[in-house]
Parts: sequence; structure tokens; C-alpha cells
Amino acid sequence: MEKFVSIEKVGQTFETKKGKFVALRDIDLGIKQGEFIALIGHSGCGKSTLLNLIAGLTRPTTGVLLCDGREIAGPGPERAVVFQNHSLLPWLTCFENVYLAVERVFGAKEGKAKLKERTAAAINLVGLDHASSKYPHEISGGMKQRVGIARALSMQPKVLLMDEPFGALDALTRAKLQDELMKICEATKATTVMVTHDVDEAVLLSDRIVMMTNGPAATIGEILEVKLPRPRDRLTLAHDPAYIDCRAAVLEFLYEKQAHVEKIAA
Amino acid sequence: MSATTMSGDFGLEQPVDRAPKEVPLGDSITSQPVAEVVAEPAKEKKMEKTAALPSGVPFGEKFNTFLRAVLPPTLGMLILIGIWYVATHKGGSIPGPVQTWDAAVTLFADPFYRNGPNDQGIGWNILSSLQRVGIGFGFAALVGIPLGFILGRSAFLSAMINPIISLLRPVSPLAWLPIGLLVFKKADPAATYTIFICSIWPMIMNTAQGVQRVPQDYLNVARVLALSEWKVVTKILFPAVLPYMLTGIRLSIGTAWLVIVAAEMLTGGVGIGFWVWDEWNNLKVEHIIIAIFVIGIVGLILEQSLILLAKKLTKESS
Repeated sequence: MEKFVSIEKVGQTFETKKGKFVALRDIDLGIKQGEFIALIGHSGCGKSTLLNLIAGLTRPTTGVLLCDGREIAGPGPERAVVFQNHSLLPWLTCFENVYLAVERVFGAKEGKAKLKERTAAAINLVGLDHASSKYPHEISGGMKQRVGIARALSMQPKVLLMDEPFGALDALTRAKLQDELMKICEATKATTVMVTHDVDEAVLLSDRIVMMTNGPAATIGEILEVKLPRPRDRLTLAHDPAYIDCRAAVLEFLYEKQAHVEKIAA
Repeated sequence: MSATTMSGDFGLEQPVDRAPKEVPLGDSITSQPVAEVVAEPAKEKKMEKTAALPSGVPFGEKFNTFLRAVLPPTLGMLILIGIWYVATHKGGSIPGPVQTWDAAVTLFADPFYRNGPNDQGIGWNILSSLQRVGIGFGFAALVGIPLGFILGRSAFLSAMINPIISLLRPVSPLAWLPIGLLVFKKADPAATYTIFICSIWPMIMNTAQGVQRVPQDYLNVARVLALSEWKVVTKILFPAVLPYMLTGIRLSIGTAWLVIVAAEMLTGGVGIGFWVWDEWNNLKVEHIIIAIFVIGIVGLILEQSLILLAKKLTKESS
């Protein structure tokens, strides 16, 4: 399979008061269609920066990013983002939040009834039928994040980008949403890039784990292929030697090769 | 009556020394918006909590809550009136509460009489002041809110206009009155124009600040969805800025009500400010005290109704 998303010699430099700050350098990565990629690394290593680059929210200082053969020149609905803090509009109900996205993507071609149907389907996919007419402040954090995922999926994006989507949730809710996400990705065959700092999450969900070196001037350290058959089940995997190996490899990278340098830096 | 000399461009000598006193008052209010914006939501929420009576509590407890809500303000009022009574009961130029009450009863028995242009009931005076505030304020909203949006969206325009606003904002609106008289040649539009000037600053500044404070996350959502500018304004900017806008409106109307009294003292005609000055010339001091209460109460009603409106409109965005 050829590369669907292609990141070529990408570097990102920010202008700060103290001068230039090199966040990313020499990033080269190809993502196949339908692949699930996890970006992992210590905080401040630029994983979110890289995700924003793929989203088109920021432009790279050097290099090019391609998606489906075309240069990523700006953000767009074909690369949907699930934000870290859900980013639902508080004055719209869950349904309206998703509808806003559906209307934007399909509004030109389809009638209102069809748009509403799509919205309802997306909300159904994340199991939130009962909360569809509620406002974001009336539902729990996990539910908000699910609405965020529904909004992203409803656009039928070519690439689904997730920025630590479950970072703010408790461990039980997180596990539940990970399972749901696995099913959804299985069903929709979505190409997904997820930023995470959770080793188990990365191993459980991904086809490949992209491990990043510490910033500044972070780059890709290692790429680990997770050769576990799907569908995956967290309970059986817990004793699976292949799973344990993957987990150990990521941990080793994070805590030995890229031991946290924050204290020294600070 | 000096009413004829007071109206129009004339009779400015007498009250001129009065005007500067209004300056710090009006100004201290207009310079608040930035700080108040931040403090506002929490304050209102707290009020909501204490005000809402949980249903299903026993009567005794309900009564206690009621007492706690009503007793302190009533006591405060009684003490104020008591001090007033003690201070004035030996006679002197300032009438006591009893005299004032009697005068008020007579005055409010017929609030809407008309004996020529300079002698009208207090009801007409209040209404014409409110009308001036309404018109001046309305124009200020029409100009100020869109301008605030533009300044909030464009860093360049903001940097261009902000020094001008900083320069003009501390100026007492009454300083603009002569310009108004010169341009409009009439007292009435000049007073309205003064209201316009004083109302516009809080609206521009609060709206602009609201626009600048729209969370980047929401704007990122807009960018990822590639929403049209119209959708961005109606679905994201407007609802996000609304609370700030309402704060601006509330501050504006408070200031406008402060300023109209002073402006009318200078311009004359019909209006509560003019009425105060007229009663001073008639040496009816009871009426001046009544006017002070009336102005206070109307101002309170204006402010409270806007707080209510703000609560209603922003309930779902909390």
C-alpha cells in the first residue's frame, strides 16, 4: 500500500521572545490508508505540534506534508480533529454540535432530513442517543469527548486526528472509550493519528507507534510495529508475550533512551 | 422661574461649576469594564445560589432564609432614614423624611400633568430623560458593538484605534456637550449626543475584549470545519462574545443614566435633571430629595433588568 499521508523533511521553528525555538526537525513519516498511528513521547516533545501540522492548523517552517497526494495547505474537514479538551461549543446541544460539522461537509449536496439522519447516526455510533439534546455542561467529561469523536467521524474524514483525546478522563472511562474507538476504527477503516502519553493505550490501539525524542528539536526516535491481530482484547493481551514485548520496547525507549530531561532543562 | 433662561444654549454660567463634580463619578464607572468583565460571571452565579430557595424545605427554614435575605437591607434603609431624621429634626434648610414623604405623596398623585413646556409632571420628566438615554444609547450600541467586533478581529485596526479610545475615554461626556450644541444647534439632540458619547466606550471595549477572548479552541474548531465567515460569526463569535457585550451594555446604561442628569441640568427642557435644577431655583428642596430617590430607583431598575436579561441570554452558555 502506498503512503496516504506523507510527511517529508518537516521542521517547525517558532519565533519567541528569546529568539528562535526549534520544536521539530527532520520528521519523515508515511502513513498508509486505514492505519492507526500513535505518536508518543514525553511532554514538550512536539507531538501535538506534529499533529497540528497534519491538521493544517500550523504550517511547517521547512518540508512538506501531503495528504492523498495533495499538499496540506490549511485545515479542512477531510482531516478531522478530536481536540484534547473536546472543544464543543457550549451554546449548542450535542446534536447541534455534530450537525454543524455535518452541515458544513454535506450541506451543499443533501437535504435537511438526510443531514439530520447522518448526525443521529454519528451520535448513535458513540452510544449517546439519550444525550443528544443535552448541552455539553450537562454531560460528563467522557460523554463530551465522545461527542467530539462523533463530530469528527460525522464528517467522514480521510484522516482522523486525535490530540490526547482521553487524557483528561479517569482510567475506567478511558478504557471504555478505547474499546469503542477500536470498534469504530475497525468499522470505518479510518486512517488515524493519535497523540498520547499512555503506553498501554498506544500498544492496544495502534498498528505503529511513532516514538519521539525529547525536545527541543525533537524528531522521530524509533518506530515500533505492533503486530498484534485484530480485534484486540485488553484482557487477553495482558498476558500475550507479543503485547508485553511491545510495551517493554516503548517503555525502554521512553525511560532509558529518552529519560525525562525536564528537571535539567528547568 | 428661571426655566426659560436655562433652556437652549443659554444659562450655562450657573451650573457650570456643578459639572466638574460629575466628572469623577461618570468616569470611575466607565473605567471599570475590563476588571468587571472577569469578575462578573462568578458573582452572578453566587447570587443565583443564595437567591434560589430549594423546594421541599420546611416552612421555618424557608422563613429563616427569607429573613436573612430581607432583614439586612431593610435594616440598612431604616438606619439611613433614621440618621436623616435625626440630622434634620431640629429644622434647617434640608427637609426631613416626613416632609419629603408628604411632598412625594402630593407629587406622585398627579405625575402626568402639563402646564406648558416648563412645568410638567414628574412622570413626563422621567420619561423624557429615559427617551434621551434610550436614543443615545441605541445609537451607541449600533455603532459601538460592530466597531468592537472589528477591533477585536483585527490587530492592526485595534492598534490604530486604541490610542484614540484611550485618549477620549477619560474625558467627561459633558465636555462634549458644547460641541453637541454647536453641531445640532438644539439642546435636546445635544443631550442625546452626550449620552451617545458616554455609552459607546464601554460597548466598544467590552465587545472587543470579548472577541479577543474567544477561546482558541472554538476558533480551531471553526478552522478545521472550514466554516464560512457567516457561520463563524453567528455560531461561534456572537454567542461567545454575548456575555461581554451585555456587560458593556450594562455599564453603558449605568453611565448614561448618571450623565443624563448632569446634561439636562445644562441643557434644560423637560427631563429629570432639568427638573432637579428647576426645583432648586424654586427652592423646593423636598423635591430635590425626591428626585435623588427617583433617579436612584430608575437607575437600579435599569441595571437589574439588564442583569436579568444577561442571565436569561447566557444561561445555556454557562
